[in-house]
Amino acid sequence: MTDFAEHSKSRRAGKRRRVVLLLALCAAASGAGAEPRAAASSQDGKYFDAEGEPTYKVDASGKVDWYTYSGFLRYSAECLRCHGPDGLGSSYAPALADSLKKLSYADFLSTVANGRKNLEGGQEKVMPTLGLDKNVMCFIDDIYVYLKARSDEAVGRNRPPAHDPKPKAWEDAENACMGAPS
Amino acid sequence: MKRLVTSLISVSALALNATAFANESVMKGSQDPKQWVIQAGTYDNQRYSKLDQINETNVGKMAPAWSFSTGVLRGHEGSPLVVGDIMYVHTPFPNIVYALDLNDEGKIIWKYEPKQDANVVPVMCCDTVNRGLAYANGKIFLHQADTTVVALDAKTGKVTWSVVNGDPKKGETNTATVLPVKDKLLVGISGGEFGVQCHITAYDIESGKKVWRAYSTGPDDQILFDPEKTTSLGKPVGKDSSLKTWQGDQWKTGGGCTWGWYSYDPNLNLVYYGSGNPSTWNPKQRPGDNKWSMTLFARDPDTGVAKWVYQMTPHDEWDYDGVNEVPLVDQKIDGKDRKLLVHFDRNGFGYTLDRTNGELLVAEKYDPAVNWASKVDMDRSSPTYGRPLVVAKYSTEHNGEDENSQGICPAALGSKDEQPAAFSPKTGLFYVPTNHVCMDYEPFRVSYTPGQPYVGATLAMYPAPGGANMGNFIAWDATKGKIVWSDPEQFSVWSGALATAGDIVFYGTLEGYLKAVDAKTGKLLYKYKTPSGIIGNVMTYQHKGKQYVAVLSGVGGWAGIGLAAGLADPHAGLGAVGGYAALSNYTALGGTLTVFALPD
Repeated sequence: MTDFAEHSKSRRAGKRRRVVLLLALCAAASGAGAEPRAAASSQDGKYFDAEGEPTYKVDASGKVDWYTYSGFLRYSAECLRCHGPDGLGSSYAPALADSLKKLSYADFLSTVANGRKNLEGGQEKVMPTLGLDKNVMCFIDDIYVYLKARSDEAVGRNRPPAHDPKPKAWEDAENACMGAPS
Repeated sequence: MKRLVTSLISVSALALNATAFANESVMKGSQDPKQWVIQAGTYDNQRYSKLDQINETNVGKMAPAWSFSTGVLRGHEGSPLVVGDIMYVHTPFPNIVYALDLNDEGKIIWKYEPKQDANVVPVMCCDTVNRGLAYANGKIFLHQADTTVVALDAKTGKVTWSVVNGDPKKGETNTATVLPVKDKLLVGISGGEFGVQCHITAYDIESGKKVWRAYSTGPDDQILFDPEKTTSLGKPVGKDSSLKTWQGDQWKTGGGCTWGWYSYDPNLNLVYYGSGNPSTWNPKQRPGDNKWSMTLFARDPDTGVAKWVYQMTPHDEWDYDGVNEVPLVDQKIDGKDRKLLVHFDRNGFGYTLDRTNGELLVAEKYDPAVNWASKVDMDRSSPTYGRPLVVAKYSTEHNGEDENSQGICPAALGSKDEQPAAFSPKTGLFYVPTNHVCMDYEPFRVSYTPGQPYVGATLAMYPAPGGANMGNFIAWDATKGKIVWSDPEQFSVWSGALATAGDIVFYGTLEGYLKAVDAKTGKLLYKYKTPSGIIGNVMTYQHKGKQYVAVLSGVGGWAGIGLAAGLADPHAGLGAVGGYAALSNYTALGGTLTVFALPD
């Protein structure tokens, strides 16, 4: 029932759990998002998988693309207080590094923007509606690719050891979304 | 301003004639060690009980006598109350209150469950904790998560009055207890991570009518300062003392929240409390000292006007909220009797001040790991008198936006958070639950949207260098600013302590142990593993001639975030990452009250 307990279980029996999850995914219709998303193309430092959805890029040394790095920063500022460090969950919110094993890009965007409620079982879980929060929505792809990398175990705990430089396109998009710095 | 003060005084003078003072009820209740009528036990917040039936020679034989499940899984802070033959137990959101009959094996006399909009849940920073009830004049007071304050008839649980203190849609919520003083109920508010302009508010204890409200930031008539009479470090603060320390209108989203503990000195007629962090966590976005965030206040409870203030962390760069408890003690310093207040701040300094006038007497580190400041400047002739001397390497302002400042001790959760310390007049020592955790902190630009988080920094936390223990339970001499003994704990100690005349000190641990240690030496005398991690505070009472010790377990809160998955040290070698124990290997969720006693 609790993600807290579930998490410790998953650490002990990670492999078995992944198999169970895959089975569950086959049963569910939302299959996309289950497999590691290899980067198939890139534009201005942003990477996309074969289906055109944003994804991460990690080289052999552990160096990540800028979007993944920015996602780590924004996740840690905006999501950590509920979802725990490194997407590992807390005593009252799910481990997103696990959730993204089955949650599709579209469902991720919709859950963040619209929120979600689960009010049963003695602990009310409420994901807020963040659709109007610029600090989240201006960086939503960054947060997604970071968590995707965490769920695929392509990126470990803590700050990625190295990252690509900030692309001009990213900076322009940030200013367009957040408003120019004062 | 003067007119405001005068009119406030006349308003309260009118009210005084009509009502019985809560003081009398609280003081009568707290002088009787058989009861526990407010969260801190007594107005002075010493968390000390004169009960001595359970003592250092027999505590080893103590055992659970009975227990009670709250039915709620979130983090359980605070403690139950005992008034006469009834125990009052509260829960985190949805903030249920149970009245249990101590004459009938804890049978439920009444249960109160407010209907609150669940949308308040994610607006609360760091879990839906609640730090408990207060009792005065036949009423139980509850301040709900959604900021509704209710007065319940202590016998029936019927709502006598109810008032709304804030708006969760703007990020205003509550986790704190309340304090009944005189004819008023003093109430704080949370929302420092949502850019709330926080305040303390006094409601009439019989009707719930608002009497005064004092903000932490803003113009003098909002913060209830008298520019000529309100002092800081012995000098009048002058006009616009808060406004001058903010850029433009930033004080309107300035934080300075008031979610901690309140103490009261009936002889001086002053209420003491601290304010929290300035919003955002990115210091570059809010130039100035950001007064009066991170500040200790002494206010007149009749008018709300501040007598004196002391800002511990001007222009916060680390989220070191100043809300921790402010216990009041009378001790000798340099051979002279002094009326003191003591405050273990999140920033890692243990402060001792003269509570009559706010004179700074002692400011020393109560965890040797503290490194963000070399010391607090105690030189009265220095231009930086009373200020912490910040080490540039650990200054997130100095290092700037998009720079990761590393190895800062303590972490944002402080060398101690809200978990209150205890004081024993027999030993003259404070007993302090502490965190021994450091952090990396990277601030960056954020935009403000009402009701949305307004944070602006990325943090990583990890155990302090030189060991794997993330907490210590220490004894502290506040007259000298020295640690007397220190018991290492694997995890942060997130439970409020209790000292008793039995020469023992109780506290809980995050693994779930209730521990009793020798007040003089810190030697472990008793431990028992409760069903879940303890972030509640230990209390004691006596019923039918027998002493009981009670504590709520139920892990959660800040501790449930950082420690659920275990802390990983980003600076350790790859092999060590994840090597620190995860709390989830020791305990799981669940709210339970456990009551202990000596065997018959």
